Amino acid sequence: MSQHEFFTRETAWCPGCGNFSILSCLKKALEKLELEPHKVLMVAGIGQAAKTPQYISANAFCGLHGRALPPAVAAKIVNEELVVILDTGDGDSYGEGGNHFIHNIRRNVDISHFVHDNQIYGLTKGQASPTTQIGHITGAQPDGSINTPLNPLLIALAAGAGFVARGFAGDQEQLTELMQQAIRFKGYALLDILQPCVSFNKINTYEWYKQRVKPIGDQHDPTDFSAAIKLAGTFGEEIPTGVLYKVEKPVYHDRHLVLKDHKPLISKKTDQLKLEKLITSFI
Amino acid sequence: MHYNLLIGGAAGQGIDTMAAIFGKLLKKEGYAFLTSFDFMSRIRGGHNFILIRFGDQPVFSHSMKLDGLIALDDATVSLHLNELKEDGFILCDEKIKTGDKRAIKIPMTDLAKELGNPRVAGSIATGVLLKLFDLSLDGIQEILKTELDEKYIQINLKAYDKGYELVETRYNKLKADYSKNMIINGNKAVAFGALAAGLKFYSAYPMSPSTGIMEFLAAHSTELDLVVEQAEDEIAAINMVLGASYAGAPSMTGTSGGGFSLMVEALGLSGIAEIPIVIVDVQRPGPATGLPTRTEHRDLRFVIHASQGEFPRKVIALRNHEDAYLQTIRAFHTAEKYQIPVIILSDQYLADNSSTVNPFTLPKEAKKNQPEVSAGEYKRYLLTENGISPRLIPGQTTKLVLSDSDEHDELGLITESAEVRNSMVEKRTRKLIGVAEELEEPDFFGSLKAEVLLLGWGSTWGPIKEAVELLNLETPNRFSALVFGDVFPLPEKLLREKAKQAQVIINIEQNETGQFAGLIREKTGIVCTTSILKYDGRQITGEEIAERVKGVLM
Repeated sequence: MSQHEFFTRETAWCPGCGNFSILSCLKKALEKLELEPHKVLMVAGIGQAAKTPQYISANAFCGLHGRALPPAVAAKIVNEELVVILDTGDGDSYGEGGNHFIHNIRRNVDISHFVHDNQIYGLTKGQASPTTQIGHITGAQPDGSINTPLNPLLIALAAGAGFVARGFAGDQEQLTELMQQAIRFKGYALLDILQPCVSFNKINTYEWYKQRVKPIGDQHDPTDFSAAIKLAGTFGEEIPTGVLYKVEKPVYHDRHLVLKDHKPLISKKTDQLKLEKLITSFI
Repeated sequence: MHYNLLIGGAAGQGIDTMAAIFGKLLKKEGYAFLTSFDFMSRIRGGHNFILIRFGDQPVFSHSMKLDGLIALDDATVSLHLNELKEDGFILCDEKIKTGDKRAIKIPMTDLAKELGNPRVAGSIATGVLLKLFDLSLDGIQEILKTELDEKYIQINLKAYDKGYELVETRYNKLKADYSKNMIINGNKAVAFGALAAGLKFYSAYPMSPSTGIMEFLAAHSTELDLVVEQAEDEIAAINMVLGASYAGAPSMTGTSGGGFSLMVEALGLSGIAEIPIVIVDVQRPGPATGLPTRTEHRDLRFVIHASQGEFPRKVIALRNHEDAYLQTIRAFHTAEKYQIPVIILSDQYLADNSSTVNPFTLPKEAKKNQPEVSAGEYKRYLLTENGISPRLIPGQTTKLVLSDSDEHDELGLITESAEVRNSMVEKRTRKLIGVAEELEEPDFFGSLKAEVLLLGWGSTWGPIKEAVELLNLETPNRFSALVFGDVFPLPEKLLREKAKQAQVIINIEQNETGQFAGLIREKTGIVCTTSILKYDGRQITGEEIAERVKGVLM
């Protein structure tokens, strides 16, 4: 076995689930980037997608629902040598974790955030998620969802994310490429992945997505913020996929006085003489 | 021998700077002291006061029997005159409306204006105080440099001199040598403890009265190589701390009861995922917003029971400023060794108050042994006899570290197996055996032959200690006390021994329901005879305890 080979474990997902192709793309992306499993940290909260870290051979932190971003960024803050990938669902990322989503874009810690966006809650068997479309009938919205779906890409752009992309579980070649770009990107990278849920979302099916997704053409300039906003706002009869926006800027570590030398914080010992001096200053 | 002063005024009048400078001068003269703050939750106006008790012996409790009342406003006189001793004094501006014969009226405001800035009136008052207590002005320039902006130093020096020449000395100078002590408040003592224990990551959301910990750590983070991150909320703060700790950084968060409420779910994550964390709850009166700038001991039951499910944890209540330092170090060691959450209970009284203590000494660095891990797939949650599984840090070896909030097997993979579930629950609980073996028994004060036993926990340590001394002066050998720092798990040995011998047991608590008495009864069957409780947001004094003990014994 090569040192860059990742293996996957048996899953608990429904047959036909979009998560399978996302997991397979993840494995391919990690291997193509020649990462070592012990240097990769997969983080998730709770949900069907949030089981992904359990199914691939890397370090895994499976925390609380909605609370995957804080531990992911903190792990990266204290050990920059880890490649930190947050791999979880739309409820985890945009619902319960909405506050962390906004504020961690501001931090711009160098992590990738893959969101399996199936527009539904799968683990709890089919209630509306933040991205569920108006009119979608579910067990908890028996008369159809009446709330405007959240547009995560627009929010990410507005909050200042440097890398904003959309993939589709049904286009593995593109998705693998997008994952690699997101991981390589220096800074917070959001990759929203359209993912059919075969059990609980009978509206946004493979067919539904296939008729709408359209890879963004070469003519798009991913450093053009206005063009990115326009693409992010396009979600209906046509859904553009690919990199909407990509502009690197100083990350959290670059701006932090203690971390800007890019040595892992966990390897830095507190200077005992300085600490003693600080104590003495109180005498 | 102690002297006791109260400085009162509206928010914004600078009484805290006055107290800080006066405190430093006291220490330079060798005095021990305790400064306690009674501040309203506002930036301007209202009535705030600071008590400064000092003398030739360490001060364990504040006192409401005043030798001097330094009044920067009328309210200070009207609100506190009844606390002034018969031979005490009132130091105030001549414009303050009081006909009390004990008043030393000084035209402070006018003199300050003559000097060029009405704001130095407080420094004139301090100059008067220094003279009254026969304290020297030597070295004041150095002290001012640490408290004031450079451009204000000269005018303040003039103000001190001015005040100094206005009165004659009235109080004898005491012989004391605490000048080598440090002046520290509770929040900073906790921060020092964390730094001494190797803190590398602190995340919190601002909340009174805990914010001082974050601000102190942040002020020194660059020189000491640590990261202090202000989180978007307390949920983020504790989850960041969990991520940082998982990745190998000794980590802590601090908050008050309201923020702790938000942290509760993640407390359980620390429990099941076995990630060591230290949480400081600087208590203030609740529920909800309560009294933000005041004190109470009402979170004991809350932090013991917080979070769904069952998992091992340890709770330590801080008793005084030195204890705050030492117990915070210990909290880190316990969290690290047993891979559990350790909760430190502080409170507003301890957090904001300053006292003179022996300078902190740094612990010898414990050798960290890389845990022995057998070949093959690494089992993060290996079943062991003492419940502690060898913990690796991700990225530091080629082994993979799997951590999970779901119930998991030894590898860290989700399981619903009944057999694995039982073994994991029991493994985690077994860690409490070791925790229990390392418990510290409570501090004992008073007579070995006492028939009345007082029980307390946390920062009532000082007031209870003083109360026992006062009570035994009146009725020798009748009183004793146990004051607990380790409160959960509860150390029982000394308690059982002393309770057996006592005729009367009185729990003294800063809450309404006697939470600690309930805990003792639950764990040991020992029933307190009666309770002395206080829940008005103000710390009980040694004198008040003594009076109320006498009251209930009548």
